[in-house]
Amino acid sequence: MTVNAEWLEIDGERVVQGLQAARETLDTAQGDVVLNFSSVRRIDPNALRAMEKLAGLADGKAVKVVLRGVNVDIYKVLKLVKLTSRFSFLA
Amino acid sequence: MAEIVASLSEERIAYLEGLVSQAGTAAAVFTQYTQEDVDRIVKPMVLAGLEQAQYLARLAIEETHLGVVEDKALKNMVATEFVYNYVKDKRTVGTIREFPERGVVEVAEPIGVIFSLTPITNPTSTVLFKCIMAIKTRNAVIFSPHPSAGHCCYEAVRIMHEAAVKHGAPEGVFTCLESQTLQDNAYLMRHKDVGLIDATGGPGMVKAAYSSGKPALGVGPGNTPVYLEKTADLNMAVVDIITSKTFDNGTICASEQTVVIDDEIYDSVLQKFSDLGAHICNEKETELLGRTVIDPNTGFMQPMAVGQKATDIARMVGLKVKPKTKLLIAPIQGVGPGYPLSVEKLFPVLAVYRAKSVNEALTVCVDVNHAGGIGHTAVIFSRNDEIIQKFGELMNAGRIIVNSPGSIGALGGVYNDMVPTFSFGCGTGGGNSTTDNVNVYNYLNIKRVARRTQAHMWFRVPNQIYFNMNAVENLRQFTSRSTVIITNPAMEQIGHVDTVRRHIPAETLVHVSVIPDAEPEVKVVMQGVEALNFYKADQIIALGGGSVIDAAKIMKLKYESPQADLEELAAPFLDLRKRVVQYPTEKVAQARLIAISTTSGTGSEVTPFAVLLDKEHGRKVTLADYSLSPDVAIVDPQFVMSMPRGLTADTGVDCLTHALEAGVSIFASPYTDSNAMQAIRMVFKFLPIAYEHPGDEEARTMMHNAACIAAIAFSNASVGVNHALAHAFGARFGVAHGRANALMLPHVIAFNAGVPTKFMPSPNQRGYIAHKKYAMVADLLGLGGQTIEEKVKNLVAATEQLLDRLAIPRSIAELGISKEEFEQAMPELVKIAFDDPSWRSNPRMPLLSELAELFWSAYRGRSLPTVAKASQPQTAEEWSCV
Repeated sequence: MTVNAEWLEIDGERVVQGLQAARETLDTAQGDVVLNFSSVRRIDPNALRAMEKLAGLADGKAVKVVLRGVNVDIYKVLKLVKLTSRFSFLA
Repeated sequence: MAEIVASLSEERIAYLEGLVSQAGTAAAVFTQYTQEDVDRIVKPMVLAGLEQAQYLARLAIEETHLGVVEDKALKNMVATEFVYNYVKDKRTVGTIREFPERGVVEVAEPIGVIFSLTPITNPTSTVLFKCIMAIKTRNAVIFSPHPSAGHCCYEAVRIMHEAAVKHGAPEGVFTCLESQTLQDNAYLMRHKDVGLIDATGGPGMVKAAYSSGKPALGVGPGNTPVYLEKTADLNMAVVDIITSKTFDNGTICASEQTVVIDDEIYDSVLQKFSDLGAHICNEKETELLGRTVIDPNTGFMQPMAVGQKATDIARMVGLKVKPKTKLLIAPIQGVGPGYPLSVEKLFPVLAVYRAKSVNEALTVCVDVNHAGGIGHTAVIFSRNDEIIQKFGELMNAGRIIVNSPGSIGALGGVYNDMVPTFSFGCGTGGGNSTTDNVNVYNYLNIKRVARRTQAHMWFRVPNQIYFNMNAVENLRQFTSRSTVIITNPAMEQIGHVDTVRRHIPAETLVHVSVIPDAEPEVKVVMQGVEALNFYKADQIIALGGGSVIDAAKIMKLKYESPQADLEELAAPFLDLRKRVVQYPTEKVAQARLIAISTTSGTGSEVTPFAVLLDKEHGRKVTLADYSLSPDVAIVDPQFVMSMPRGLTADTGVDCLTHALEAGVSIFASPYTDSNAMQAIRMVFKFLPIAYEHPGDEEARTMMHNAACIAAIAFSNASVGVNHALAHAFGARFGVAHGRANALMLPHVIAFNAGVPTKFMPSPNQRGYIAHKKYAMVADLLGLGGQTIEEKVKNLVAATEQLLDRLAIPRSIAELGISKEEFEQAMPELVKIAFDDPSWRSNPRMPLLSELAELFWSAYRGRSLPTVAKASQPQTAEEWSCV
């Protein structure tokens, strides 16, 4: 159940920046942080590193990060680098 | 692994982990790329490699001091341009190959992170080659160069990485250990995130790769034998060998090592070598050379000689040679430890052997091949195709190069159409997983997407069937010089044989062979064959019930093809089309088989089956093949008008069983369904009449036709578990086939209509439909019922009523078989029933315990069916003839 969730739109062209903003949100988040990946078609190594960093930070702050609208190609990338277990996913 | 970790510092582990993590991230990101994305990256990489070919060649020479700069530059160009030419149009992403006729599609899955070891001999070209392959296949590579070629490799990796990333490849797709130790390699070889090790190099490295427990492409050393056969174009051969053996000072492991030359051309070949700049060593020089360039302790080449010029090697050894000597040629008299120069020599020293015969030449080549070169490369120069073929068969080599230079030939794409490579798979003989010229397909996991295919079906019947009263008159149209009638004593007594004879053309010589009225034994069959041979029969008329017609089928088989082994032909099979044993097609005689049935049940006059009694083992053996089908069937009810009531009942129920089993068979088709359905309808209507009013011509006619029609159905759809049970039970207790079938029938309908414990694999059916088909039979018979369950119950009840009306015993117990006797027989009954091929087309696979349960149900008698809960509607597709 998502309560008081922070919603953030991730721009497909500026994924790293979007994730940077998400990291900042973690400091003030009251509940879950939901990142909308619907417009992201592909991620690159920098974005992956940013996601790993975000996951680490979220773990430290006990904040649940929910990824929404992740396409299956990106989901497979996250699976390969073992990041799927560190996020929640919402269709 | 713990030992390896303990041998590395924390900083070193962190460094190695960083490399793997970087490569893993790149590989993961790479999975999102399309074929077009990948191809956009590959081309500029190739161009970058071509542009830097000479630069990288110089670097390699400066660092390794091996080989020739011009040749190294050429290798770099081959590794880029030739490899690109091969891979550019290859599909390596997504669907890579399609086999529409098989319903199979191959889909590429990248490996992920590849740990690649590269050799000192071909350092930069190997890196360029592997980078192109990796990008084309969406993999990331961590390179570990030979310690003495680290810098040039690092530079090659840098150039490739820069070009790749510039055109869209993920950052970190190639990384290279700046310096490395054996511990680094061991750590990375065992790393959980490394998917594949691609080890190009010496045997130690390859062995380490294979020992790591990771999937590995280990590509190792060679020892290339060359057979220079007397029919060869000698000028071409000598130039090719020199070109190859001196290319990059002989550092390519596919290069020629020992040339075995036919005696007749030996001297002239050596003269040609000499004329073109080779130095032919005398005995003393050869001995000295062997002692110097081959380590006497290990038997392997001395590293100091590898990749050096011939003149430098001569200087090392202390030989006096001309300043422009290209190659040192050392005659040897054998292969093995006593002949040091018979091993691999990655420098311009070539052993030669004088062979007195083709056999000796090939033998020596085998020896060289097995002296460290198994699986790698072999070369032959010859115009004799037979010898070339023999050489190909004898050599255990992934590449057998014909009339071309070994080294450049093995690389592929220049002298032949082999796949261009810089990694030679040496097969299991070389401790490798492949004999391929390693290429893009070795860098992929190839997945097969296999769509469901429908098995091809058939519908085969004898090409002539004559039916209805007096159909026997059609015999007149069949000309024959010598006809043998196979029949039983009863047919003679009743006068049926005379009836048949009357309709055979007068000019035909007719002979009658009377066999016992029982299932045929081999002895009886062979007596019949003797008669056929004696009379040189060109036509056989089988007049009788199933046993007589079956006997005639087997007689015909043995008469036409005496070599037919009945025991072998009776071998079990699962699918008629894939059976191991094939029926003979070679015939020493030919005879038309006309079957005239005198019972209305087996339908043997149209079936491809024949049952043979194996008295020795107390079993019945079923022969099945469409070549056994009679050529002509005559279904004339005049021959069944006098059939006794008991026989009418038993054979009639046999016919019903055929139709019901064909109807629910996994091989049922709309073609067989139409026949099965019609036969069922006819049996339910006319069997009781034929039984109760034997003189009713219409009922007899309809039942005779029904038997034939049901047989047409089961000839093409086969039968089921009912027959398996009846065969086992009938043979053990001497119960007639039709009666044995009747005892099982209601129980089998209930069994098949239930939810199977095990389904039979049946690609042609969508879901389990046996219960629905029974329900449709009930509908056709107008038995009533709303649900499938009710309809099946009604069918079972109607079957039981029919059996009652025919006064057929309703339980095995009623036959006077005691429970103890039956219990004692049970293990054997179950075993024989399970071995019977009949149930292989049953819709429900019977477990051994279920076969026993069915036998016991039949022993006890009547029972109520349990039917699958079916909520789906019945569709026309499921019962297409309705």
